[in-house]
Amino acid sequence: METSTSRVLTQEMIAEIQEMYKHFPVKSAACIEALKLVQKHYRWVSDQAVQELAEVLEMSADEIDGVATFYNLIFRKPVGRHVIMICDSVSCWVMGYEKIADYLKKKLGIQFGETTPDGRFTLLPICCLGTCDRAPAMFIDEDLHRDLKVEQLDEILERYP
Amino acid sequence: MERPLTEHIPLDGSWLRLKDYERVGGYQGLREALKLTPKEVIDRVKDAGLRGRGGAGFATGLKWSLVPTVDQIPQPRYLIANGDEMEPGTFKDRLLLEGNPHQLIEGMIIASYAIQADYSYVFLRWGYQFAEKALQEAIHEAYQAGYLGKNILGSGFSHELSVHISAGRYICGEETALINALEGKRANPRTKPPFPVVSGFFGRPTVVNNIETLSNVPHILSKGVSWYKSLSKCEDGGTKLYGVSGKVKKPGLWELPLGTSFREILEEYAGGMLDGYQFRGALPGGGSTDFITAEHIDVAMDYNSVPKVGSRMGTGTVIVLDDKTCVVGMVLNLEHFFAQESCGWCTPCREGLPWTEKLLLAIEEGRGRMEDLKIFDDLTRYMAPGHTFCALAPGAMEPLQSALKHFREDFERHIHEHRCPWK
Amino acid sequence: MATIYIDNVPYQVKDGDNMLSACLALGFNITYFCWHPALHSVGACRQCAIVRYRDENDTRGRIVMACMEPVVDQARISIESPEAKKFRTQNIESLMINHPHDCPVCDEGGECHLQDMTVMSGHNYRRYRFKKRTHLNQYLGPFLHHEMNRCIQCYRCVRFYNDYAEGKDFGVFAVHDDVYFGRFTPGVLENEFSGNLVEVCPTGVFTDKTLRKHYTRKWDLTNAPTICHHCSLGCNIIASERYGSLRRILNRYNGEVNGYFICDRGRFGYEHVNSERRIRHALKQDPAGQWQGMKTKQALAEIQQKLRAARKVIGIGSPRASLESNFLLQQLVGADHFYAGVSAKQAKLVQEVLHIMQNSGVRTPSLKETESYDAILVLGEDVTHTAPMLALTLRQAAKNQPKEKAKALKIAEWNDAAVREVIQGQKGPLFIAAPYATRLDDAARACHRAHPDVLAQLGFAVAHQIDAHAPTVETSGAVQAFVSQVAEALQAARKPLIVAGTSLMHEALIHAAANVALALKKLGKQSGLFYIVPEVNSLGLTMLGGQDLDAALEEVEKGGVDMAIVLENDLYRRLPAERVDRFFQRVPTVVVLDALANRTGEKAQYVLPAGTFAESSGTVVNNEGRAQRFYQVFKPHDDIRSSWKWLQQFVNDSALAQTNLDGVIIRLTAAYPDLKGILEAAPGADFRVGTQKIPREPHRYSGRTAMLAHIQVSEPKPPEDPDSPLSFTMEGYVGTPPAPLTPFFWSPGWNSVQSVNKYQQEIAGMLKGGNPGKRLIEASEQATMSYFTDMPTVSMPPNGQLSIWPAYHIFGSEELSAQSAPIQERIPEPYVAISTADAAKLQVNEGMRVQMQLNGTTIELTVQVRNDIPEGLAAIPAGWEAWAGITYPFFTTLNPIHS
Ligand SMILES: Cc1cc2nc3c(=O)[nH]c(=O)nc-3n(C[C@H](O)[C@H](O)[C@H](O)COP(=O)(O)O)c2cc1C
Ligand code: SF4
Ligand code: FES
Repeated sequence: METSTSRVLTQEMIAEIQEMYKHFPVKSAACIEALKLVQKHYRWVSDQAVQELAEVLEMSADEIDGVATFYNLIFRKPVGRHVIMICDSVSCWVMGYEKIADYLKKKLGIQFGETTPDGRFTLLPICCLGTCDRAPAMFIDEDLHRDLKVEQLDEILERYP
Repeated sequence: MERPLTEHIPLDGSWLRLKDYERVGGYQGLREALKLTPKEVIDRVKDAGLRGRGGAGFATGLKWSLVPTVDQIPQPRYLIANGDEMEPGTFKDRLLLEGNPHQLIEGMIIASYAIQADYSYVFLRWGYQFAEKALQEAIHEAYQAGYLGKNILGSGFSHELSVHISAGRYICGEETALINALEGKRANPRTKPPFPVVSGFFGRPTVVNNIETLSNVPHILSKGVSWYKSLSKCEDGGTKLYGVSGKVKKPGLWELPLGTSFREILEEYAGGMLDGYQFRGALPGGGSTDFITAEHIDVAMDYNSVPKVGSRMGTGTVIVLDDKTCVVGMVLNLEHFFAQESCGWCTPCREGLPWTEKLLLAIEEGRGRMEDLKIFDDLTRYMAPGHTFCALAPGAMEPLQSALKHFREDFERHIHEHRCPWK
Repeated sequence: MATIYIDNVPYQVKDGDNMLSACLALGFNITYFCWHPALHSVGACRQCAIVRYRDENDTRGRIVMACMEPVVDQARISIESPEAKKFRTQNIESLMINHPHDCPVCDEGGECHLQDMTVMSGHNYRRYRFKKRTHLNQYLGPFLHHEMNRCIQCYRCVRFYNDYAEGKDFGVFAVHDDVYFGRFTPGVLENEFSGNLVEVCPTGVFTDKTLRKHYTRKWDLTNAPTICHHCSLGCNIIASERYGSLRRILNRYNGEVNGYFICDRGRFGYEHVNSERRIRHALKQDPAGQWQGMKTKQALAEIQQKLRAARKVIGIGSPRASLESNFLLQQLVGADHFYAGVSAKQAKLVQEVLHIMQNSGVRTPSLKETESYDAILVLGEDVTHTAPMLALTLRQAAKNQPKEKAKALKIAEWNDAAVREVIQGQKGPLFIAAPYATRLDDAARACHRAHPDVLAQLGFAVAHQIDAHAPTVETSGAVQAFVSQVAEALQAARKPLIVAGTSLMHEALIHAAANVALALKKLGKQSGLFYIVPEVNSLGLTMLGGQDLDAALEEVEKGGVDMAIVLENDLYRRLPAERVDRFFQRVPTVVVLDALANRTGEKAQYVLPAGTFAESSGTVVNNEGRAQRFYQVFKPHDDIRSSWKWLQQFVNDSALAQTNLDGVIIRLTAAYPDLKGILEAAPGADFRVGTQKIPREPHRYSGRTAMLAHIQVSEPKPPEDPDSPLSFTMEGYVGTPPAPLTPFFWSPGWNSVQSVNKYQQEIAGMLKGGNPGKRLIEASEQATMSYFTDMPTVSMPPNGQLSIWPAYHIFGSEELSAQSAPIQERIPEPYVAISTADAAKLQVNEGMRVQMQLNGTTIELTVQVRNDIPEGLAAIPAGWEAWAGITYPFFTTLNPIHS
């Protein structure tokens, strides 16, 4: 985890951000992309990252944080090594996602929005994943798991050490 | 039965590469379009009767014709393909993005030519990684082949296309909120007027169209207006992607003539209800449409017919309510979604939806009161179309108001029995 | 004009307006939150719902938001339809779901727009029965208190702070019913206009922390219409008192001056009135240096006796005292013995400004009018710090050209968000040439930083490029590029504006600005010329004439002056201490009239307790040449009185000695025909509505019989005010008084400041009966002023020395506000700012302590190394007590302190 003395944004990241805003009339247009880039590297976006982005994008930290806190998938608090996002929208609800969620909460000993004490998993509800014909569904990191059954869950979790 | 949008999508889960796309007639529509004037392209799309597949069903050619000419407002001008697809129960654009990205790209280039846009973007929801990868590679192929970039196919028309991945919010699908998101801002919707066709992305003329809408365009240009119209069973042209989710035998997605009946979709394609479950109702076009019930089962799924039974075509992806599922719980789930996804800009939605959600939760948990139903009547009227800043909250009211109309006794039972009868 | 039908009755309204503004102007009551007359419409709150009908056959109509609905001829709407009323009620019901209902303990209570709108909408009882959403509050600095739970998410705060004032350290966070308005991290709100959030916020989220420290319910305040005394712009304000202390300042709308807003110095700089350093009784210093208090009567007798005995008495006036006080001093000592009380250099600068205003034929716009110019050159002023509100108006003006694009797309000007989306932060032709970075630079299209001499040359060069007949000047390449850019933009504009002022104490800059304006005028442009002068009444004092303070000291040096009267003036802020010390050594009897203890008072033989603006009435003339009347807020319990009232006791003219303010003004205008206009600045003391005076207290005022019951049970007779038609009571005319006499804004159903809508002829336009104040100087068509030719050469310091210039600070540079506790929290530490190059040469670093010799004394400063400062220059904060009296520029060395 970064400390306040070291910079969050590396030269390469800054170069990448500069590449992003090149195509737009104003630098601030790259704000969301830049936040995602930071998150790709650190899994979440710290206050310091917001402040450093403010310099690069010629925006105020307030403005960037206003954007960051608007969107679902920008994490402004640390998350675990793996983020489980279970769809809680209507088709998955009809198909019984709650059983899946309850099982995971019990097994991991955490509620939605929490991270396991060992920092392995963060559990989040998420809205419709666009795979309603194969409900219930969840993401773990970048992987989509569909047609979920409670029985498979242990095995799935094992794939994420 | 012809399925121009989906017939060439490989069945092995891969996507249609440029070579294969070209072999089945790909980019012929673009070649045809570049022989015409922009206005002639718009007229063809108008004549074809293509209506927007994003939910509102606005006539596509008409939308394009509202863009001022280049003489009136010079470039830069923009086209945006709306691939946000976050409406609950909706999973149709995914197939087109993952299986046939060149079809979309071709449609975008033609649309851009028609409105003389020099830039276009695909605004893609998060979590469609495969679609993103396919799209990025396809764009690269299209640049290599000279379909994108400077002086496309020697026509003098130049165009750049790129992809933006959303950081996640349902409201980003609303076209003006989408524009704000693309500008790197909070995705609050914008005032209309001015409409994006006049002042959109960075204050420039901008057209926003759905992925499916744009995927239709190459076929209109390459195979002609009358062919396109003949695909449909109703006055509007083309095929439509219909999907079904819920307790049916074969949940899925099918390209069928526009105007196919609801019964046919449910019984023939989705295979009817799972054994032991009865059909009670359905949201015909995503989470923000009104319930229809068994008595409406023969309705033709098109833009003009569904309203006659008190609902909307929406996205054409059906969510089925069965007899073992609590309708109050289902509506509660939907209202929770809408309350969470409210952008927080206008009062009725920001405050009214959480109230709605809390009332539903109270009823579902057996803490409801009969007066609550009166409050629902007030809230649904309060958040009616035109009353809020954008269409999110009115959409959110559709499942609630129709559930109250068709399934009122379910609500009353919860209240009288102080519990959920389905639990 | 358009005809619209409101509930079937036809009305004539202004074309191009929106329905909300049109209906409010007609006097209708419609509830609203997100709309603000200066911030316009965004349609977010949905509170202003009305029904709009297609035509006369349409009986159903549809709900629309009045603020987003354009006025078009023959439009038909209903405010009263049951559907619209129900919607408005429901909307408030929703808004109140999460509101804490803490009205009894809320600072906003009784003056709350949310309260008013709730009552107006008819929403009474809660149906919502669930838990409320709660938020944490933030520390926002010494001015504002934050209470987020009261928020109704109207977004006005961000729209004012970020969009209008262009502040950077504030914003909106999160989504849905969680949206939060505040800072990224808790901390001081930095924007100089943050205090307006108090008025912009329709409820109690942002409240005045200074009022909170001595809170009183708002209907229990005694109020007076007055003028901010903290800079030369003369913003109109309302000042309010309870129990003998000043409690708060609010903006007082003036359609030509400050409009809806004031700066934080004006709003929070009032606490000096309540200062422990106030002089409350007459004081006398004996030869041994002992001070003793005196009864007023005895002090008067002694001073009168001294005056009779004195052979030569001189009077030293003041630019922070009223015209009336200065005039009476002049009457007392005679015109030849009256000195204006500012240094020769300062006096000359303001005289030049006045001369140009009177003779150039170029219009001096009002403050509000500066918003209407479409290209602007600011020459040598850091306006945010020298005339704060001008920075706010220039920010709006800088948008005029970009806004043309929106107009071309037929987007109504009030469609605020849509207009901003079209202009997308583009900057209009605002150019700033200053010695260092200014707080307005972020709004400018281009800035140039150079030595003030170079800036003056630059101004001359711009004039020359516009009109070849204007004197030529040699400039360097870098300057020339900027000159061409500016000249072209000014020439292309319809209404170009030149802003300059006295802050750098540089006469050629003032002349250069005049040349540019003259050149533009010759081109046939409607050019404007806006000079900033040092103090609230600098221009008025200059119009009274009189010699300067240097001349007074020379006179004293000659000998024979045995008595001097110093009016509201700390001479140590005017000239170097050693020279002022000489003055006190040479004059045996000095009488000082002032409000606060200061070095000048300490040296005097007699000190009389003068009223501040809050305890006096009088007239001041702002930088525009607008005479404005300010009124006493309350009658102090002690011996404090207006300076002019003290001086009346000494004049040898019984008629003048006995008259009220009007009598003084009549005499003054008889002596100074140029000032005749001040008679029209406000109605005289005998003005009545019918037979009624205008009450300073609202009719809801409470506790009058109880306030002093612990001292005396019988209710004391309220004080009389012979000088104005305002009474110190709650009895009198309830209604809209003439604008200059408006002590507070109130209208039935409208207890908040939003009631100002009811006082205007049209929304955001002129007040009913005309805006307060009278312009004394108008540009004459016949003016034939020729170009100035006194182009300076650049004078650089000898090797090893720096040329020191003043840097102004909104918080700290002005004498009185700097004595207010909340302001003091915002005053920067003493510093000297130098260029990177000089830092290297002198081998000093950022943060290092250095010494500087200043007229014989040594001061210590912290070094700021900045790349916006030109080589050879240094800046120190202007007006700091220890060196307020020095004259800029001067050459000196910096000596690092090695610990
Ligand atoms: C809350 C909300 C969400 C929306 N989401 C989507 C979406 O995910 N995809 C989409 O194409 N249109 C969506 N729309 C509709 C768009 O605003 C817009 O009408 C559409 O993209 C236009 O494309 P079309 O004319 O091709 O249908 C949404 C509208 C609202 C009000
Ligand atoms: S209805 Fe209002 S609050 Fe809801 S999403 Fe639309 S603009 Fe935002
Ligand atoms: S005042 Fe009209 S919507 Fe807020």
